Amino acid sequence: METITQVALQFLAITVAFTVVLMIVAYTVLAERRVLGFIQGRLGPNRVGPFGLFQPFADLLKFILKEEIVPDKSTKFVYFLAPMIAIIAALMPMIVYPFGPAINLPFIGSITLVIARFDVALLYVLGITSVGVYGIMLAGWSSNSKYSLMGGLRSSAQLISYELSLGLSLIGVILVSGTLDLYSIVEQQGGYWFYVIPRWNIFPQIIGFIIYLISAIAETNRVPFDLPEAETELVAGFHTEYSALKFALFFMAEYVNMFTVSMLATTLFLGGWQGPGVAQFPILGVFWFLIKVAFFLFLYIWLRGTLPRFRFDQLMNFGWKFLLPVAILNIFLTATAVFIGTIYGWW
Amino acid sequence: MSIISDVIESTKAIIKGMGVTLSYIPKEKWTVEYPDEPVTMQPRYRGQHLLHVDELGREKCVACFLCAAACPSECIYIIAADDPRPAEERTGVEERYARVYNIDYGRCIFCGYCVEACPKDAITHGYNFELSVYSRADLLKTKDDLLITKQLQSPNYRVAYSDEDVNSEYKEV
Repeated sequence: METITQVALQFLAITVAFTVVLMIVAYTVLAERRVLGFIQGRLGPNRVGPFGLFQPFADLLKFILKEEIVPDKSTKFVYFLAPMIAIIAALMPMIVYPFGPAINLPFIGSITLVIARFDVALLYVLGITSVGVYGIMLAGWSSNSKYSLMGGLRSSAQLISYELSLGLSLIGVILVSGTLDLYSIVEQQGGYWFYVIPRWNIFPQIIGFIIYLISAIAETNRVPFDLPEAETELVAGFHTEYSALKFALFFMAEYVNMFTVSMLATTLFLGGWQGPGVAQFPILGVFWFLIKVAFFLFLYIWLRGTLPRFRFDQLMNFGWKFLLPVAILNIFLTATAVFIGTIYGWW
Repeated sequence: MSIISDVIESTKAIIKGMGVTLSYIPKEKWTVEYPDEPVTMQPRYRGQHLLHVDELGREKCVACFLCAAACPSECIYIIAADDPRPAEERTGVEERYARVYNIDYGRCIFCGYCVEACPKDAITHGYNFELSVYSRADLLKTKDDLLITKQLQSPNYRVAYSDEDVNSEYKEV
């Protein structure tokens, strides 16, 4: 009986989390279109419902009703598999993020707002997000189109180069906090230094944060690192040959990925759900968490409205010759500081 | 230390660019929400043609075919006729007038050559741009559609730099 309740609760939690995340993602798309419009002196979509708030549903309906076009000479099995891999790999990390602290609910009792809490959560996130590249690569290869293949190749090259600096930028945080469990990392970031500065990892790890931010943009194939789907060069890159719901899955995967890296940045660097008033009203934690994530999402859209695209050699140079050495330097500095700190008992 | 100054310079540039884009968010938008708000047309906009009439309501067109000859897409079709009645009762200003005056808007490219060619100022471009129809045959506009007395001002547009609406401009011709 105990196990059944546990499983049912877990299932409920997963359903709620995925639904909420997908809704937020749908509205991120709308927000992106509106904010980009505002940046460019336009209004963006505002005709469906008040302020265009029902636009995501209209989009979804359109995607469902569109004609499904499958290229004649594509490798069918892989072609159908690729968008599934992309969306599954994008959604899977969602279960380890702590959305908020432990809260008391009527009838259920105290629950922590994290679906699965385990020791290697961070490693799990990095591992699963790397699987996402298979979706893109297989999509590019199985479409049997040169633009798709180019997009897929570029994407895999880019993801491998930037995954490295992304992973290295996180090592600083791991060194400081001494754990891979995301919930503990957030808990450690509670409180203040000198009563004013919150104890967020962004302050000791500012270099790591910047490297993470840049490589996260590259990881999610967003402007200015959107070479895999460079419209002006490759039509739409790896999803050129995809239509209807399969395209929607790729589209969704991109935005879910965006959301995932924003959540990881919030959790690791900006103190997750920590914020004023959380100790008294734990539910405020969800609010602070989402506010911080929304800030990152806005940053992404803002960057897209500002920056032009990199050239491919610039991208590679930047990744390997700048980000990687700086990330290693950051690890060196952090390790030294932690070592000296342990000797003198600062922590 | 060139790499450090490079990083500082490019960071400055990116921050400056992002400041520019951010400053555009609260600014006034260029979008005109067209069916809800009227579009402001420029005074020299070339829309659907107007066939003008004089003070007595007589058509100015004398069916000289200069507009049809000037038309590069050959979309103007005229049948001339003579009206032997006295000047006050005639359809046109002159004895000769256009019995049929058709413009095929499926062909018209809105170049304005017909307006330049007209010696009597009988044809000008109006401001009406709402020319979409459900049937291709409806693109053929006859004198009934083109005469200035028959055209109604749509509420969906107004002309820039003039407080009067286009309807009053029609009347003073």
